[in-house]
Amino acid sequence: MFEIPKWKIGLVTALVVFAFLYALPNAFPGQPAIQISANRGEVVNDLLQGRVEGTLKGKKIAFDNVRIDDDRLTLRFAENDSQLAAHTALVEELGIEKYTIALDTASTVPSWLSAIRGKPMTLGLDLRGGIHFLMQVDQQAARDKLDEGYIDGLYVMLRAEKIPYRGVTRTADGFVVELTTREDRERAYTELTEQLPDLIVTRRDASETILEAVIRPETVAQAQRATIEQNITTLRNRINELGVAEPIIQQQGATRIVVQLPGVQDPTRAKTILGATATLEYRAVNDSVNAVEIAQTGRVPPDSLLVYTREGEPVVVRREIIATGDQLTGATSMLDTESGTPAVSVTLDAAGGRRMLDFTTDNVGRPMAVVFIERVPEVKIVDGKEVRTSRETKEIISVANIRGVFGPRFQTTGLDSMQEATELALLLRAGSLAVPIDIIEERVIGPSLGAENIQRGLEAMLIGTALIALFVMVYYRLVGVVTVVGLSVNLLLLTAVLSFLGATLTMPGIAGIVLTVGMAVDANVLIAERIREEVRAGNSPLAALRAGYEKAWGTILDANLTTMFAALAMFAFGSGPVRGFAVTLLAGLLTSMFSAVVVTNVIMAAIYNRQRKVAAISV
Amino acid sequence: MEIFNPNANIPFMSWRKMSMAVSVFLMIASVALLATRGLNLALDFTGGTLIEATSVEALDSEKVRGTLAAGGFDGFTVQSIGGSREIAIRVPPLAGENANNAKAQAQVVDRVKSTLAQAGINVDIKRSEFVGPQVGDELKEDGVIAVVFVLLTIMLYVAMRFEWRFGFSAMAGQIHDVIITLGFISLLQLSFDLTVLAAVLTVAGYSINDKVVVFDRVREIFRSARKMGPVESINKAINNTLSRTLITGITVFMALFSLFFLGGPVVENFALTSIVGIAIGTLSSIFFCNPILLWMGVSKADLKQIRPEDPALAARP
Repeated sequence: MFEIPKWKIGLVTALVVFAFLYALPNAFPGQPAIQISANRGEVVNDLLQGRVEGTLKGKKIAFDNVRIDDDRLTLRFAENDSQLAAHTALVEELGIEKYTIALDTASTVPSWLSAIRGKPMTLGLDLRGGIHFLMQVDQQAARDKLDEGYIDGLYVMLRAEKIPYRGVTRTADGFVVELTTREDRERAYTELTEQLPDLIVTRRDASETILEAVIRPETVAQAQRATIEQNITTLRNRINELGVAEPIIQQQGATRIVVQLPGVQDPTRAKTILGATATLEYRAVNDSVNAVEIAQTGRVPPDSLLVYTREGEPVVVRREIIATGDQLTGATSMLDTESGTPAVSVTLDAAGGRRMLDFTTDNVGRPMAVVFIERVPEVKIVDGKEVRTSRETKEIISVANIRGVFGPRFQTTGLDSMQEATELALLLRAGSLAVPIDIIEERVIGPSLGAENIQRGLEAMLIGTALIALFVMVYYRLVGVVTVVGLSVNLLLLTAVLSFLGATLTMPGIAGIVLTVGMAVDANVLIAERIREEVRAGNSPLAALRAGYEKAWGTILDANLTTMFAALAMFAFGSGPVRGFAVTLLAGLLTSMFSAVVVTNVIMAAIYNRQRKVAAISV
Repeated sequence: MEIFNPNANIPFMSWRKMSMAVSVFLMIASVALLATRGLNLALDFTGGTLIEATSVEALDSEKVRGTLAAGGFDGFTVQSIGGSREIAIRVPPLAGENANNAKAQAQVVDRVKSTLAQAGINVDIKRSEFVGPQVGDELKEDGVIAVVFVLLTIMLYVAMRFEWRFGFSAMAGQIHDVIITLGFISLLQLSFDLTVLAAVLTVAGYSINDKVVVFDRVREIFRSARKMGPVESINKAINNTLSRTLITGITVFMALFSLFFLGGPVVENFALTSIVGIAIGTLSSIFFCNPILLWMGVSKADLKQIRPEDPALAARP
């Protein structure tokens, strides 16, 4: 008999079921869709739905259905063309100020499949078209900004403590603080270590009046991380402006950011929006007037401005600015030590701190507003010429009462939740001037090229696999047929694993799959050739079968492991497309080893266990 | 069905002087090619800009070239691809005062587009790529590290699984395969980009795969056949695995040829490189690695004394 342990049969059955379930979502292609979400105080409701439907009917644009869930309106279309036409029409009708109108691909995967986390493979930009940017964050500028902040801090501290000084200078790796006497140096040393714990302060031996300070490496590292994080947040906010569905914004290495915008075709527009500048202003609230009334009548006092909050409430603020975003050096969310409520701790530079001190001294108990201003450069074609303008959006992100006199470091309290605090801190940082970003890699793939690539890739995969299947079946007969079944299980498993891992399918990835199919057969060829040899050597059919699997296994393992080393190296040192190839190759080697050895073994056992006496193996 | 006579005993090893001479010649020729012509490094490694554009009207490469030259571009190439309506424009990274200006480098795509538009040449950008010079340098460095890493880990693995002479021979074979594949890329001046690098690494992995299968059999025959000398043993191992070597080669080629003919330009060079590399790898497992084994004096005694009982072998299912 050719016995197979029960657990092996169970394992194969379980994995085939898993593979089928998780490969299944790929059978449901995405549908062109438009997603509309509301900005600043607008709502997504039936009224909007009516307006959208009316607009599309007026323009005779066909759509499949409309649905509102999670405050988002989703429109589905049968064709790409009507999706694009509808986008243009809706942008015209609704405007991009109040709503974000994004092109999207709506999933058609049944809900029970989504519930078990079944999802189709993501297509890479080379298969769907879009723009890829690799951006480098200017670390030198980040370091300059950090150092300047500390120099300001040093001056402010020396002045506040009334310690006479000759000056603070920046050196290659830190600062030199020159004082006037030995006693002053001692005082400065004590105050510095106490007030600026992020600095490592040492007394210069050769002199009696000089202190040297270096920023702690962990503080520098943290500042670098914060810089990247801040830039990513800013970029994410701006990409939302572009109305891109499924953008990818990721950190790569210590100083780089990858941005992928599927479906976007105009890199110039993307670049201008990503390059926009944003800033913050701290202003006093004019609480002597009624803001709602002013919003209705439009009669704003000459020394004030009318600005709306994110929620759409009007607030009247003074024209005079207390501090601006470029004076902001940091913002972190925290729990207020006194009240235990969520708060945001803000740090301003020396100049901003002084202004804040002066202002708060006179205004305890009165409200102060944080105004967020974003300038997005726009390029319009007027009479065939490019006209560059910029669009400014202004909104209030928080209003809070001043509870005491403070200088460069203060807290905004009275927030509802820790999440709100985190968001505000992020916004404050995102709004403050980010360190400059340089685009060091840009790839644009047109949508037609993407469609062409995927079609060609699938065709090559299909025909390659079919040829191999035919050849193997003719050459190895029944063992060949079983091999083909194993190969199909392999493809199913590979699809399932790649979908489950959320891997992105790229053109080189497809090449990787085709290649693993070719190589996967190797394991079966090794087994089949072994069986033939054993039969020739005069062994009984079943003994030959068993020996074939046993003896071939070691060779199969050795051979696959070595190719895996190559795939691992590609994953570790490669980037972008090469990584995609490495992932599919690696996953393919694992699934093919399993299907070639275990799956076919179980099938062979199932076939030959039914026969009482096996006369010959069909190989 | 059987294509090969299973009892064939082709005297591969008696041709070893000739086959080694051919291998050495090919390696020297490849190194010479790499030294003189070098690799046609693609944008991924050199940095620069590539634009593929189509137009509804026929595009005159000469006119495009003239327009760009007048627009102040240097060292660029314009090439017709896929008929008269499609062109590829390559612009090298900016040199001189703009060499370190990341913004200027990134704007080349826009500048090319506007220069062409001003001359009345209206094109649709099918694909454009810009790679900054520092990214190119890093990719080059990472590529070299990846190749070296693959060669070393594989040699270590084979040395551990077999014996150092097998490890050395396998690595020599792998270097042989990679160098000749690179020589071929240089000969045809194929554009060497990231996917072609991936193909070279795959060739390295596959090549060792093939050698392992043959070595496995050499070891087995050394252990079981007591009366056979090393030359006969190796010859028998090659003959025994010949059918598998060729059948697997055929199936891999079926996959690669369908990629080459149907996969389109993105994977064309990948497929071609793999086809050549895998063919060389298959041949070298027979004609290059085994003679080296013999010359290094591999004998039954080595395998038997060092590993009379291989625990890994015993543990196999």
